[in-house]
Amino acid sequence: MSDSEQIARLKTVVEDLLHEARRQGADAAEAGVSAQTGLSVTVRLGETETIEHTSDNGLGVTVYFGQRKGSANTTDLRPDAIRESVAAACRIARYTSDDPAAGLADPALLARDVPDLDLYHPWDLDAEQAAGIARACEDAARGVDTRITNSEGATLYTQRSGFVYGNSHGFIGGYPTTRHSLSCAVIAQHGDDMQRDYWYDSGRVPGELDDAEAIGRQAAERALARLDGRKLGTRECPVMFRADVAPSLLRSLFGAIRGHAVYRKSTFLLDRVGAQVFPDWVDISEDPLQPRGPASAPFDNEGVATRYRKLVKDGVLQGYLLDSYAARKLGLQSTASAGGVRNARIASSGQSFTELLQTMDRGVLVTELMGQGANLVTGDYSRGAAGFWVEGGEIQYPVEEITVAGNLDDMYRQLVAVGSDDAIPSSIKTGSWLFENMTVGGD
Amino acid sequence: MSQLAIARETLLDAPGLSEHKLEQVMDRLLSRRVDAADIYFQYARLESWVLEDGIIKEGTHSIEQGAGLRAISGDKTGFAYTDSLEMPQLLDAAGAARAIAQAGQHGAQAIAGSAPAKALYAAVNPLESLSEQQKIDLMRRADAAARAADPRVQQVIVSLVAAHDVILVMDNGGAINGDVRPLVRMNVQVIVEQDGRREQGSAGGGARRALDFFVDDERGLDYAQEAVRQALVNLDAVAAPAGMLPVVLGPGWPGVLLHEAVGHGLEGDFNRKGTSAFSGRVGEQVASPLCTVVDDGTLPDRRGSLTIDDEGTPSGCNVLVENGILKGYMQDRMNARLMGVAPTGNGRRESYAHLPMPRMTNTYMLPGEHQPDEIIASVRHGLYAVNFGGGQVDITSGKFVFSANEAYLIEDGKVTRPVKGATLIGNGPDVMNRVSMVGDDLKLDSGVGTCGKEGQSVPVGVGQPTLKIDQLTVGGTAA
Repeated sequence: MSDSEQIARLKTVVEDLLHEARRQGADAAEAGVSAQTGLSVTVRLGETETIEHTSDNGLGVTVYFGQRKGSANTTDLRPDAIRESVAAACRIARYTSDDPAAGLADPALLARDVPDLDLYHPWDLDAEQAAGIARACEDAARGVDTRITNSEGATLYTQRSGFVYGNSHGFIGGYPTTRHSLSCAVIAQHGDDMQRDYWYDSGRVPGELDDAEAIGRQAAERALARLDGRKLGTRECPVMFRADVAPSLLRSLFGAIRGHAVYRKSTFLLDRVGAQVFPDWVDISEDPLQPRGPASAPFDNEGVATRYRKLVKDGVLQGYLLDSYAARKLGLQSTASAGGVRNARIASSGQSFTELLQTMDRGVLVTELMGQGANLVTGDYSRGAAGFWVEGGEIQYPVEEITVAGNLDDMYRQLVAVGSDDAIPSSIKTGSWLFENMTVGGD
Repeated sequence: MSQLAIARETLLDAPGLSEHKLEQVMDRLLSRRVDAADIYFQYARLESWVLEDGIIKEGTHSIEQGAGLRAISGDKTGFAYTDSLEMPQLLDAAGAARAIAQAGQHGAQAIAGSAPAKALYAAVNPLESLSEQQKIDLMRRADAAARAADPRVQQVIVSLVAAHDVILVMDNGGAINGDVRPLVRMNVQVIVEQDGRREQGSAGGGARRALDFFVDDERGLDYAQEAVRQALVNLDAVAAPAGMLPVVLGPGWPGVLLHEAVGHGLEGDFNRKGTSAFSGRVGEQVASPLCTVVDDGTLPDRRGSLTIDDEGTPSGCNVLVENGILKGYMQDRMNARLMGVAPTGNGRRESYAHLPMPRMTNTYMLPGEHQPDEIIASVRHGLYAVNFGGGQVDITSGKFVFSANEAYLIEDGKVTRPVKGATLIGNGPDVMNRVSMVGDDLKLDSGVGTCGKEGQSVPVGVGQPTLKIDQLTVGGTAA
C-alpha cells in the first residue's frame, strides 16, 4: 500500500470511529489511529541471529458526554472492533465524573493545514541486505582491538508508519513517517574485567544514517575506554555530563514543567514561570516543525498546531508544557504539548568538549547514568554513574560504581557551561554540561 | 472449564481455527530447516480507572489480540506477528518467520509436549469481578481514607487496573497449552505539604486475582494509609549520607536488590552468550554462605507467578544460589536447548508481538536466623532502607543500582532520623558476598513489580528477609 493510500485508509477508520461515537450518543469525540510495519535484523558474531517482521496497528478513541469522558483502545482496526471500542468508551463515560477541565482542544488552536515536514523516506531493503549492513557494523566493532572479545550484535531496524487524528470539531489530519536505526553493542575484556557499551544512529532518511563501520568502531572504542575502571573516594567536585548522557537532564526539566505536574503541585518548579531557573546565558527551545526532525509533528496529539517556542530564554522559564486538560486546570492555553516536547535544543555557551574539560580542570566526566534517582517533586537528584576522572583538564582513567548527587534546582542554577559538542543521535540536542559542584559517592 | 478449554474456545473456536488449519500454519512455519517453532495466540482485555482531585477522572478499556509466529534454527530466530487471526495473515506471518532458517542446520528433535500443569490461579475475568459502581466506590473510599489520614494531604491519585489475558501456544511437537491469567493492580499516590515543603508517597499492591482482592481485608484502605505515612516521613527527611556504609535492608520489596544484583545476571540468554558477570560460574561461590535465592513461579495468586510460561512449560521453583553457591540459570526453551539443560519455565514475553526470552517470576531470598532487631543493633553507623523505587543493572560489569525512597540513619544500633531518597550502587557478586546477617522475617512484596528487559515489560515479584550488607555505596549529598 502506498503511503497516501495508507493515510486515506486510516482517515476512513477515524471517520468511522467519530461517526460511531455520535451514533452511540456521544456529544463529542476524538480518535487517533496508527499503523506501522517494520523489519528488524540482528547479526551477532557475524551470523544473522534474529529477523523480526513488525506490524502494529493501534486505535484510540475518547468520547465525551457533557464533561464526562471514557476512552478505549485496541490493536484491531476492523469494523467490529471499532463498534466494541466505542461501546466500551461510552460505557466507561457513564461512570466517570463531571470534570470541568475535560474536553477537546480549543477549536481556535487546531492546525488549519498540515505542513509536509518531509518525514517519509522508506528504505526498501530485504532481510539479507539489512543483515549485510548490520554485519559490516559489527565486523568493524570486532576488528578494532583484540580486547573486543564478545558481542551482543548489531541491529538494523527500519519502519514506516502512518498516523491520523481527528475530532468532532471537524479536524482530521494525518501523515506518514519513517524511522531507521542502526545500533551495535560489544564487550571488551581485560583480565576479569568485562565492559559492555554501544553506539547507534537513527533518523528519518536512510542515506543520512552514519556509516555502519563508524557506528561499530564507536561502540568498540566506548567499551574499550571503560576497561580497568577504578572507584573514587567520596568527595565534592565539579562534574561534567558528556553530551550523550546530558539529554536526561533536560528530560527532568521537561518532567518538572509538564502541566500535569504543575496542577498537581508535584514539581520543584511550581510557580516559576518568569523566574530565573538557569544562568542568564541559557536558551532552551523546541522546534516541532523542523524538516526531517526526529520528533517533528505538524500538530500535537489533540490536533493543536505546533510551532517553534522558547522554553527558557536568558535563563528565565517562559512557560509550561500544556495539553488542553492541564491548560484548563491552570487557566492557561494549550502549548501543543500533548505527546511531549518535540525537537528540544539547548544552545551552547560556546566551548568545545576539550575546552570544557580544561575549564573543569579536576573532576568527574560522567558518561553513563543508571537508575531513576531524580525526584521531580523535590528536585533531589541521586544516580549511579560511570565515567572518567579528569585532572589538569585531561582524562586520567575510567571510574565506575560511583553516584552523583545534588538537587536539580541548584544544579540548573549553577550550570557553568554547555558545550558545542552536540552531534548526538538524540531528539534532544545538547552538548556536554558542566556543573560547578556535586557530591560524588564512592569508597 | 479448564484454562486450556477456555483458551481453545476464545482463541481457536471463536475465529474458526480448526486443528487442521493450525497444522497448515505450523507446516508452513516448519517447511524449511527449523529446529523448533511455536505459534502464540493471545486475547487480552485491560481496564484502567484513575481518580484525581476527588473525581473519577478517566477510564480506559483496551483490547489486544493477535498471534506471534516463531521459527528457530540453531541459535537463529525468525519472528513475525499479526493482529488478525485469519488464515491468510497467519500463513503470511509463518512464511516471513521461517525465512530465518534458510541457512540453518538440521538436527535437534522436536520438544515434547508437556502434561497440563496444575492451575496456580483461578480462571476469573477481573474486569467483571466487581460492578463499575463497586470499582468506583473502592477508589473513592481509598481517596477518603488518604485525605482523612492527615490534614497535610494535598493531592490523592488512585489508580485501579484489571487485566484478563488468555493465551494459547502450540509448539512444533504438536503440544497445545493454554492459560487464563487474571492480573489486578491498585495504587495510591499522595502529595503532602507542610510549610511550603512538598513530598510524595506511593503504595499499592496486586495479584493474579479478581478485584475483590482489594476489598478483602480493606487492602485498598491500607494502601492509602501507607502512602500518607511514607510521604509524611519524607517531610522530615534530612540529606542522605554519601559513601560506603553498612546498609540494612528491610523485608519484602527491598528484594529488588536480588532482582538486580543476581537475578538478571542469571538469565540463560546472557549466560549462553557469555555476556553476564555470572557466565560460566555455576558451582562457584557468588554470594555469602548465608544467601539462598530462588526464582519461584509456582506461588498461588502472586503477580509474578505463571501456571505455564509463554512457551507452555510449567513454571518451577528454581534454586539460583544455594548457601552462596551458584546453582543454575533461568531458561527458556531455546537457551536451554543450546546450553544442554532443561527449560525452567522462565520463557516469557510481553505479548504476542514480542519474542520470548528468559525472565524472572518471583525472586526471593530464603530466611536466615537473625531477629531483625539484632541486625539493626549490630550497626554503629549505617543506613536502614525499607522502601525502594526501581533499579537497573549492567549485567556485563555486574554493576547495579536501586533507589531508596524511604530510609533512615542507624546510629549506635538504633534507627534514628529519616533521610532523603538516595541511589545505592554496587557490583552484584561483591555485594552478595558482603551479606553478613539474614533475618528470619521473609516477606514478599505486595504485588507491584514490573520488570523491563530489551523493551519488554512483564509482571514480577520480589522478596527477602531483613538483611545486612557490610559495605555499600550510598549516593546521598552529605559527604
